[in-house]
Amino acid sequence: MKLNVNGKSVNFEGDPDTPILWVLRDHLDVTSPKFGCGMALCGACTVHLDGAPIRSCSTPVSAASGKRITTVEGLPAKLGKALQDAWIAEEVPQCGYCQTGQMMSAAALLTTNKNPSTEQIVSAMDGNVCRCGTYTRIQKAISRAAKSAA
Amino acid sequence: MNKNRLLDKVASDTASSSRRQFIKATSALSGALVIGFNLPEARAKAAAAANSASVSNAWVKVAGDGSVTLICHRSEMGQGVYTSMPMLVAEELGVPLSAVKIEMAPSAPVYINAMLGGQITGGSTSVRDAWTKLREAGASARSVLVAAAADNWKVPASECTTANGVVMHKSGKKATYGSLVGKASTMKMPEKVVLKDAKDWTIIGKQKARVDTPAKVYGKAQYGIDVKLPGMLVASLAQAPVIGGKAVKVNDAKAKAVKGVVQVVQIPDGVAVLAKDFYTAKKGRDALEIDWDNGPNERLDMLRIEQDLRTASVGTGAIMRKEGTGDAALEKSASKVEAEYMLPFLAHATLEPVNCTAEIKNGECHITGPIQFQQGAQYGVAAAVKMPPEKVFIHTTFLGGGYGRKLELDFQIQAAQIAQAAGKPVKLVWSREDDMKHDFYRPISLHQMTAGLDDKGNIQALHFKMTSPSVTARAFPPVVQNGKDPFMAEGSENLTYKVPNLSIENVIHDTGIRVGYWRSVSNALNAFAVESFMDEIAAQTKKDPVQLRMDLLAHDKRSQNVLKLAAERAGWGKAAAGRALGVAQMECYGTHSAVVAEVSMTKDGPKVHKITAVVDCGIVVHPDQALAQMESGILLGLGSGMKNEITFKDGVVEQNNFHDYQMLRMSEVPQMDITFVSSAAAPGGLGEVGVPLVMPAVANAIAALNGKRVRKLPLMQNV
Repeated sequence: MKLNVNGKSVNFEGDPDTPILWVLRDHLDVTSPKFGCGMALCGACTVHLDGAPIRSCSTPVSAASGKRITTVEGLPAKLGKALQDAWIAEEVPQCGYCQTGQMMSAAALLTTNKNPSTEQIVSAMDGNVCRCGTYTRIQKAISRAAKSAA
Repeated sequence: MNKNRLLDKVASDTASSSRRQFIKATSALSGALVIGFNLPEARAKAAAAANSASVSNAWVKVAGDGSVTLICHRSEMGQGVYTSMPMLVAEELGVPLSAVKIEMAPSAPVYINAMLGGQITGGSTSVRDAWTKLREAGASARSVLVAAAADNWKVPASECTTANGVVMHKSGKKATYGSLVGKASTMKMPEKVVLKDAKDWTIIGKQKARVDTPAKVYGKAQYGIDVKLPGMLVASLAQAPVIGGKAVKVNDAKAKAVKGVVQVVQIPDGVAVLAKDFYTAKKGRDALEIDWDNGPNERLDMLRIEQDLRTASVGTGAIMRKEGTGDAALEKSASKVEAEYMLPFLAHATLEPVNCTAEIKNGECHITGPIQFQQGAQYGVAAAVKMPPEKVFIHTTFLGGGYGRKLELDFQIQAAQIAQAAGKPVKLVWSREDDMKHDFYRPISLHQMTAGLDDKGNIQALHFKMTSPSVTARAFPPVVQNGKDPFMAEGSENLTYKVPNLSIENVIHDTGIRVGYWRSVSNALNAFAVESFMDEIAAQTKKDPVQLRMDLLAHDKRSQNVLKLAAERAGWGKAAAGRALGVAQMECYGTHSAVVAEVSMTKDGPKVHKITAVVDCGIVVHPDQALAQMESGILLGLGSGMKNEITFKDGVVEQNNFHDYQMLRMSEVPQMDITFVSSAAAPGGLGEVGVPLVMPAVANAIAALNGKRVRKLPLMQNV
């Protein structure tokens, strides 16, 4: 199966039912999407499929055939930098495990809504768990990124 | 704190600060100046190490190119040690923090946490334990570098200053640290170093950025679960549904028939299926047919556990602290207040599930993973795979959350046993369900509280009786003597209130469920009982909850101060219509804090609008991360206290994943107002301080709002 990961064409020969997460992590060595729950409950595995956020732990790789998979490394340059700079400026991460998934959800939000309100941020981000409790900093970082990406 | 040391044997080898001795060595490999720190008992060995230029006991390395490396002896699990530890060194060494590289320490006695007696990251001790040690390490390195320059220039060392990794003399001469490394290695180590005055600090208390943030936002930080070795397979382990059970009959034919499954191996804890990826390994593992002997816990359920706990509570326990005549004074009181509280089992639920990578090759065993207790891992694995401990090497990655779960050794041992049986490098990855159902749970606890009052309503006597399983009795049995587990009395023994008569009694009761240290340990259990009970006394005696506490803290200005400030900042006595405030305060980990919660009642139950916290933790090393730790602790305490419990049916954990053990989410986060009191006292701990007070404050606010006293957690199920 031909896959497009962060703009690169790659081949995957395994079981088409394999979730995208494990294809990325265990076969393609792209480890930024994290395993948290395996049931689309925590968002740590969030990646984009043709630009839309998906839970890669629960999406079979067959669904990605002919589509673009994007991880935090492959975000559009301006948006990716805006988000990463904002995350650094707000010193968001503690353990950091959930943060790439958080940023992918945030990237999806800012792609469709350039200037989200607090309520819209909360609504878009409520599926992403942070066990360290960095939520208020994530909110601030998204608002900051929205400004700099605008 | 000495009584709380976990490993007496190891602890006896640990240097106290007065006996500490720094040594230096030149690394044969890199030519770097290495400042180590030796245990007196190991002095001979250390001298040999110095002669052979070993870096095994290194703290600080200064290389010929001027680069500085700190061997970080604590695990980075979000609390910021990759930043706070090098800050302490950089401040005294005279280099910018950005010049210090981090290397994670191996398992070695030199890295033992003197406050705990083991190489353990826990107990909110990282900064406290390192505070003097690492500043002295930096100062010692600086001292020999200055001595080298002064000797080269034939000037007194006292005429030299340092900045940004350069030694300078008033004549204008300059030399970089890197150029002085060779010479510095021959200079005599100072007997004693003088540390900087607080007014001269440029890094401590000033730093904003965390060292590890960029790697974490670029997706480059390596957690245990990200480890990949050449030829490595991923393992999924089927463990008995009831913890402690054993596989008695295994049919792996269907597992082996799953395409991509490479191998199936059995270890004492279960049956592991190995494949190139986790999905295939798990699919194979789900196809295993196993008959389990579930062992003695097969019939355990919550009703029995709670009944047994109550039965045990009737017995006499160990007296952990006694003031005055203890509970004898209760009999003489004019009236009594009595209440009983119960907290549930909790899972750690770190977002990175338990995992570990092991490789056994050429007579060495290498363990790589998210580890909080390196020494335990080394010795535990050595015993499990029957190899000498000196042939077991521990490599610690970033931890995707720890909270005490990754102190346990089960997963390192399992990974090593699977790798040994398979004859290949193996990464063991637990599913979320494995993690939820095979944890070492925060103990269930029953708290029976009695207050004796005089005829004016003043407290004459307090008796707190806690009945609970003891984590220490399981994990470090020699520490528990005469029924006393010092960790069980956290949050009660350190009661700050002054009353004429006090008795704190602990009954250890093993429920059969394995228990573990969980962020803030018993502080969270006892604080919920103690601080809820103080409000019940206030209600019965018609006193203001803040005033009642202030009156009992007249001897303790730091506690009074944080309480007063928290009440002021929260607008105590001025709650908006439909809302109420609740307060709680305590000292734990050498830090004083007070919390006020603001709540209202909605159709879905109580809503927490705001948490006000005031903290006196002495000197704050990293202000922004101190704040982050409080935010984190408050939200962990709130989320778990409101929603979480682990329950058992037929010995099996009933919860599975984040749908039935729910994490706090962004929409549930209250406003937080957190203030640090300025202080010159030595640093207190912070990693766990935020956890214990939030739930008693919330429960007290609910009682103030509608008179309903919640005495059992999780709150949402019991309100």
